[in-house]
Amino acid sequence: MSGKNLMEKITPASGWRELTVGAAVYGEGNSVFFNTGEWRSEDPAWYADKCRHCLLCFPVCPDSSIPVVGGKRRDFDFGHCKGCGICAKVCPFGAISMSAAEKEAAK
Amino acid sequence: MSRRDRMSGNEAVATAIRQIGPDVIAAFPITPSTEIPQYISSYKSDGLIDTEFVAVESEHSAMSACIGASAAGVRAMTATSSAGMALMYELLYVAASDRLPIVMAAVNRALTGPININADHSDSMGARDSGWIQLYSENAQEAYDNMLMAHRIAEHPDVLLPLMVCQDGFITSHAVENIVIEDDELVKSFVGEYRPEKYLLNPRESLGVGPYSVSAFYMEIKRQQFEAMSKARAVVAAVSAEFSALTGREYGMLEKYRMDDADLAVLLMSSSAGTGKDAVDRLREKGVKAGLVKLRVFRPFPEDDLVEALKDVKALGIMDKSDGFSGCGGPLGAETRSALYGRADGVKTVNYVYGLGGRDARVEDFEALFEELGRLRDGESLPRCRHHGMRE
Repeated sequence: MSGKNLMEKITPASGWRELTVGAAVYGEGNSVFFNTGEWRSEDPAWYADKCRHCLLCFPVCPDSSIPVVGGKRRDFDFGHCKGCGICAKVCPFGAISMSAAEKEAAK
Repeated sequence: MSRRDRMSGNEAVATAIRQIGPDVIAAFPITPSTEIPQYISSYKSDGLIDTEFVAVESEHSAMSACIGASAAGVRAMTATSSAGMALMYELLYVAASDRLPIVMAAVNRALTGPININADHSDSMGARDSGWIQLYSENAQEAYDNMLMAHRIAEHPDVLLPLMVCQDGFITSHAVENIVIEDDELVKSFVGEYRPEKYLLNPRESLGVGPYSVSAFYMEIKRQQFEAMSKARAVVAAVSAEFSALTGREYGMLEKYRMDDADLAVLLMSSSAGTGKDAVDRLREKGVKAGLVKLRVFRPFPEDDLVEALKDVKALGIMDKSDGFSGCGGPLGAETRSALYGRADGVKTVNYVYGLGGRDARVEDFEALFEELGRLRDGESLPRCRHHGMRE
């Protein structure tokens, strides 16, 4: 991932001449700039005390929303997590739970 | 050196494709265009081309493969007819909006039903709003020449749109005619190498093609297509002029035949133009001021050229080889009348639907039609649209 958003100049205010030809997307890793977390239906909760950092959860996340640093996972990337719950299903230690109520409680 | 030969329209187009040597051809056989991929397969087996030939399982896949290949950064071509083109419709729009200069050899055939394998324009007229450039060819020579010009137009940086070269099924595709074939090297240098600015297989630059476009962007992308299609007019003219200088064969947006002082004229496309010209010659011998305009470029629609060519005519027959089922005429009739409206209001018009499903349009049919146009000129009231060359 380049981490550089080559498309950042293009906004809903851009005129038709400013858009790329055929709506092509230049540069890689642009999906990180699209906040799919707004669509989330259920919130995952991560219990650090129960987590053994077995790392079964992060490879199954369809949105790469479980950051791993130095072999240990961190809390969810709520900017991109859509709340599908696959991570909670694969966790053998009950360290992840899903609920709409938690989303409310977190507010 | 160019050479004289005898060829069908299909062989002429296949010869052009051999000379151009595209990187990928993906095609599925359908009458009457089947011979084109057949010839390509033979050229490939005989080592005459190094084109990747993809034998797909449907026309939907043929156009999908062309889109993938073109987006990857190579020249991609296909050939089809009738229901085959209809099966491509979804992808025709994708090719155009992704701005991929794919070139198609279209051999016009009626759409089912009733089932029919013969020529009319209902297939490509159904694709007229897909964003493709459309060139129509009167005979094998024009189909060959249009194919040689196709990539130069489609790949031009101001254009970047897919293009179909249309010829009439069987009448042109299977009839053997005298034709001039240009030298292989001359064709290669005229067509040139394809060097796209952006392409998927570029290791130095990442690219995504064909993304989802929300309503905040979709209309601006369509506006880009409008711009490209508008600019294609000048590019068609420039490429055609260059081709004419090279070969001596003249091409424009349309061809005017004996139009200088014409009172009565017909406007049409493709193979019937030859028959119509014969009728014009016969009528001219009798002192009738008859003329003919053959439209070569239907997309982009050359309304300025049409107004210029038709403004002094007193009665005009606009001839559609597809019905369109508006209940008031075919697509060429509707768009030509729209072009004339407010700019050449003195031209009286009848829109004739003719030649459907391979129905012959004979010299006598044109003579009868011109006789009718004479009555229209002289003040007789005629229906705005009617079917010509059929039993009542």
